[in-house]
Amino acid sequence: MTMGASPSVSIAIVGSGGAGALTTGNSLLEAASAAGWHGLFTRTMGPQIRGGEAAGLLRLAVHPVECLPDQFDLLIGIDWLNAHRFGAEIKVGPQSLVISDPRGGEPPPMVTQSGARVVEIPMKEMAKAISDGRPNMIALGIASRLLGFTTEQVFAPIAKRLADKGPAAIEASRAGIKVGFGAAAGIEFGTQLAPPSPSSARRWLLSGNEATALGAIRGGVRFAAAYPITPATEILEWLAPNLSKVGGVLLQAEDELAAINMIIGSSYGGTPALTATSGPGLSLMIEALGLATCAEMPVVVVDVMRGGPSTGIPTKSEQGDLNIAVYGLHGDAPHLVLAPQSVGDCLFTTQWATYLAETLQAPAIVLSDQFIGQSRAAIERPADVAFIGARAVATEISGAYKRHAMTANGVSPMAIPGTRGGQYTADGLTHSERGTPTSGAADHLAQLDKRRDKLDHFNFGDHWATVEGTGDLAVITWGSLTGAAREAVGRATADGIDVRVVAPRLLAPVRPEQMAAALAGVKRILVVEQTHGGQFHKYLRAHYDLPAPVRVFKRPGPLPITAGEIYRAITDWR
Amino acid sequence: MSTVDTRLTYKQADYKSDVKPIWCPGCGDYHVLMSFGRAFAQLGLPPEKIAVISGIGCSSRIPAYTNCYGFHGVHGRSLALAAGLKVTRPDLTVVVASGDGDGYSIGGNHFLHACRRNIDMTYVVMDNHIYGMTKGQPSPTTEPEFDTALSPGGTGLRPFNPLVIALASGANFIARCFSGDPNETAAVLVEAIQHPGFSFIEILSPCVTFRPDEKAWKDLVHPAPVGATNDPGKAARRIMTDDGFNIGVLYRGDRKPYQPAVGATNINLSELEKDFEL
Repeated sequence: MTMGASPSVSIAIVGSGGAGALTTGNSLLEAASAAGWHGLFTRTMGPQIRGGEAAGLLRLAVHPVECLPDQFDLLIGIDWLNAHRFGAEIKVGPQSLVISDPRGGEPPPMVTQSGARVVEIPMKEMAKAISDGRPNMIALGIASRLLGFTTEQVFAPIAKRLADKGPAAIEASRAGIKVGFGAAAGIEFGTQLAPPSPSSARRWLLSGNEATALGAIRGGVRFAAAYPITPATEILEWLAPNLSKVGGVLLQAEDELAAINMIIGSSYGGTPALTATSGPGLSLMIEALGLATCAEMPVVVVDVMRGGPSTGIPTKSEQGDLNIAVYGLHGDAPHLVLAPQSVGDCLFTTQWATYLAETLQAPAIVLSDQFIGQSRAAIERPADVAFIGARAVATEISGAYKRHAMTANGVSPMAIPGTRGGQYTADGLTHSERGTPTSGAADHLAQLDKRRDKLDHFNFGDHWATVEGTGDLAVITWGSLTGAAREAVGRATADGIDVRVVAPRLLAPVRPEQMAAALAGVKRILVVEQTHGGQFHKYLRAHYDLPAPVRVFKRPGPLPITAGEIYRAITDWR
Repeated sequence: MSTVDTRLTYKQADYKSDVKPIWCPGCGDYHVLMSFGRAFAQLGLPPEKIAVISGIGCSSRIPAYTNCYGFHGVHGRSLALAAGLKVTRPDLTVVVASGDGDGYSIGGNHFLHACRRNIDMTYVVMDNHIYGMTKGQPSPTTEPEFDTALSPGGTGLRPFNPLVIALASGANFIARCFSGDPNETAAVLVEAIQHPGFSFIEILSPCVTFRPDEKAWKDLVHPAPVGATNDPGKAARRIMTDDGFNIGVLYRGDRKPYQPAVGATNINLSELEKDFEL
């Protein structure tokens, strides 16, 4: 047994839907977070609400965690009934320990062919011996012992979770944890997590979707329209009670067509507004996003991407909505597209998107994804930033009001309904400066220029991208893959390989000068993305000069792209 | 220009813009525009406190012809846009203008849910039983035998009964008007705007270009023989069995409008962070 303290440990818990694998994983995350570690917990599941398959994937570390591990140190199969469906997503190897219930079905090939050490513990039978006992609590007890937690540490979050289920349920869980803890006695597990480094920083435990919602409110959003869709619903569910606490309103829409139009109506009335959806909903919203572009009405649409096309894989991540977000609108319709890079960055990026939309009077699409949206992470509290929506508003109006007046920066002060003398009709028809519909070439060109230039000429500052390192190999990636890319670059750097990472947070409008500076001196470019068709690579080719030979590492979802794979792609190209 | 309006009253002309309508000469919608001005003047509403929201089609061009705030949005979605506006700006008078294609076909689902939601706004549908802007295709209210290039020999489909659907879906005020009687239409508009909740007015507004036969409507319309009821059952029977030219207020409900509380803004946002603190 090797007992060297490890900076990070990873655990996967699988079971049938409803078996409680996610509760076990979440409780471990909460226990570790309370004790000072960093952590990331993500879930992967089938489409069934009950009776399908679910897996909780957890990584705990002494440092911030923004991606899953290459393989898991510990895998607990509460049962293996549908675990083969995760075969490609959960990797274990000869160093891994697998806990298996002999009555939980045959371990899948991902276990039997991995060389991992398998230890059998009859979790179901142990749970049966406890009144109201559940195998997932046995699993929690086992994990707590192997990871070095006390039973009380992992019980505390369970007690909180079950507070409204009554003392019997709470006691049954406590008993289950103790039995599991006892059953793990004597099992060797080589990966012991190093103690957390003491820190006085305020820490949060939240999901990317929750961070997105808070970022929206911080940016000034006070109206949300909601149509439920996996995996974005949690954003709307968090906003429902919290918007009302800040004087805002949430309206449930009859469909996504209504949701986008509702937020346009709110914005027109002067109230910054947001909706959240996923690919199918974004498809329905595209027409009205064109309206918001033409009428210069700020709105924020968060797309928590899932596998596509069509209904695709609602519960799993992919980066395939880049094309529709950037190019989906008909006509020449410049708008903002941004992508958060981690759970914590969902807050910043959504807040910044709200600020940019309001400032530039343009719609903003925020491309989050299922991985960061539904992952929960223990992180340091993101810093407060000054980006709060401040729309240019026309208050003192004399003479004929020109809603779309030509100005130096292309942004025209907007009259808010109620303002005397500012009456105008917002329109999706091509219009004059005044807003009057026209089909004349000169007005059309002038307004197209205006809407392009106000975005292109804006100073977005350093937030446009994450640019780290100066090596002659550049890894260019985006969105939730940024964490894995940064970790891969860190490993390569530790090996003495000089690598840089460039991950644009602002996908539209494009920033050719900044990208040229970020890529200055590169000799090789490795593009990493989670799509089948290489959408990001083609986007880069269309808009940026890539001044060196390019290799593309792409794969569609739902398989995560790991830091180890990116690291190998770097080291293989020597 | 002074920002204080010293006028105590408004005239119909105060609600008309200088934008020249694209409507054909003789279009019923001119009269609807006139009725808007008369109703707003009777209510004494400052133009800047009114928002006229529309979708796409001949009738949906109306916002720019008023001197109110307006929004000419995408096809069929005006009710949704208006809902987002009204719940965040309950101080505004919101009037939604639509047509039979915009409101009953592409916007049909929003019609159901706007009635059900019962937000305080007035929905005016200028129904001419035809798509005019695209040059004469059948709409949901076109008669089954009406011949068009897109439906040679007629659609063979039973027309949609918007008033029954409004009633069944929960609209709180239902009326039918004829554009050719702008005084009566203005009077109904005044009542609809004042009535709490979602008010629906179907205005028969002839299309002189693609439905010259609708010139006969002026002889077919007649005042409703009995006054409005607040009994949905009675209203349903009357609306379902009338001849489609029964003019007047047909149903006046007493459902409470939907209006979520808005206002408090002096909140410390760090309160919201407590959910996440470790």
